Amino acid sequence: MSEKDAPETKLKAEHITLPKHGKNIQQHTPPSQMLPSYRADIPFILALGLITTVYVTLIVGMLTAMVFYVELPVIGEVFTNDRYRYAVLLSLISCSITTILSVWVAVPTAYLMSRVEFPGKRLLDGILDIPIVLPPLVIGLALLMLFQTGAGQFVQGYVRFTYAIPGVILAQFMVACAFAIRTMMAAFAEINPRQEQVAMTLGCSRAQAFWWVVLPEVRQGMIPAATIAWARAMGEFGPVLVFAGTTAKRTEVMPTSVFLELQVGNLSMAAGISIVMVVLAIAVLMLMRIAGRGTSTFV
Amino acid sequence: MIYGSRVIPEQFVMIQFRNVNILLNGFTLEKVNFRVPSGTYAVLMGRTGCGKTTILEAACGLRPIAAGQVYLMDREVTMLPPGRRNLGLVPQDGALFSTMTVEEHLGFALRVLKRPKQDIKNRANELAGLLGIDHLMHRRPLGLSGGERQRVAIGRALAAKPDVLCLDEPLSALDEQTHTEMTQLLRRVHQETGVTVLHITHNRHEARALAKLLIVIKDGKVLEGDHARLLMADLDNEM
Repeated sequence: MSEKDAPETKLKAEHITLPKHGKNIQQHTPPSQMLPSYRADIPFILALGLITTVYVTLIVGMLTAMVFYVELPVIGEVFTNDRYRYAVLLSLISCSITTILSVWVAVPTAYLMSRVEFPGKRLLDGILDIPIVLPPLVIGLALLMLFQTGAGQFVQGYVRFTYAIPGVILAQFMVACAFAIRTMMAAFAEINPRQEQVAMTLGCSRAQAFWWVVLPEVRQGMIPAATIAWARAMGEFGPVLVFAGTTAKRTEVMPTSVFLELQVGNLSMAAGISIVMVVLAIAVLMLMRIAGRGTSTFV
Repeated sequence: MIYGSRVIPEQFVMIQFRNVNILLNGFTLEKVNFRVPSGTYAVLMGRTGCGKTTILEAACGLRPIAAGQVYLMDREVTMLPPGRRNLGLVPQDGALFSTMTVEEHLGFALRVLKRPKQDIKNRANELAGLLGIDHLMHRRPLGLSGGERQRVAIGRALAAKPDVLCLDEPLSALDEQTHTEMTQLLRRVHQETGVTVLHITHNRHEARALAKLLIVIKDGKVLEGDHARLLMADLDNEM
């Protein structure tokens, strides 16, 4: 095809489903593939809209109610009071470490589950879902039990986890990583295995095909995995409370601060901290989306 | 014949399947036997779902075989990993790497082989010229037409001067005009590089236009030579 045909080709590509870089994070049907709506469809679409509206109204309503409930000085206190500021800082740092660890573990685990057949794979698949389905408090309790065993005590001899900052990170990681793995598995499923096969015929070992072909392809999929890991870690309360405790200026993170304020009846402060959490979550989401716009090249 | 840095004897058997059994979903391809002399354009033909791609995958080391041996030149490669067989694969959909530019595709195999950067660049330019994709060197696959994508995939497969170029229905998704252009291009690539080609298709016209050697799969059996030609003639008569 000649160069002068290029614009036409590009136009064509926008209307036809060509493999698209980053498609694994695309959650909406492209406009070109949407079904046309006819008059007869209106009741059905209205019903869909009604159900969606109920849910969206609840989300917007509860956030708005919280915003109007809190006075501005209370939000300011979150950043001026040493205890709350520590909780915010610990939350940000622990969530960031948890996110990095989760993606590190999720990428190889999800690749193994997506591309390799081995005995016991279904069992392993089920085990990977346990942190998602277990009640959060139970995860914290189970972690506490684990670190009472001989092996746990041995580890504690080197790094203290229970009622310490590493415990906060481990408690957040146990849940966040499971979600990151599921997200990465979906991302790997979107990548054509033929690409790896071609790379292998071109001289790559399986590991080289993974590093040079699969990893750049799936890089866009890491953004939603990191986002969901960060969000889960930020909201994690039960396991952190049970396993790491809520010692002020030591293991207190934002969700536990909210819990403690509710315990003493300080609803205004609890709402103030919650608003800061919402703002931070939105900010991180935006940053992740911006980071996801970059394209990668051959390493 | 001189191909790459190696001297390959004229009409040496380049690829050979000896009593190969391949397990396929629900059935087995049994006793697959065929041989392709060096420098030959061989077309492996058969109906959709008959196991053509499976045979190609077995040749490339992408599918395990249950019994038999695969030979490339005079060495048995049955148990060798794909990367050590020196074959170039062009899948039906091209399977281009969406994060790489066309130039990076054309240099990929040589990068894997850790060749000097200048050699990689020279080879990429040489292939781009041969395949008529010079103007696309800095483009990524998104937005390339079907024909352009297949040209890039062919260039990527040819970069390391493979012993055999394996084409898996490379023209099946192209419109008639592009199909004709690509048929001519494949003929020219074969003439200019002298590479042995194993081309898979279900299209008799495509097979007739390109094949110097015809191999036909029918009812799970592989026919070549006179048997294959007779079968083709029968199919033509049925039309």
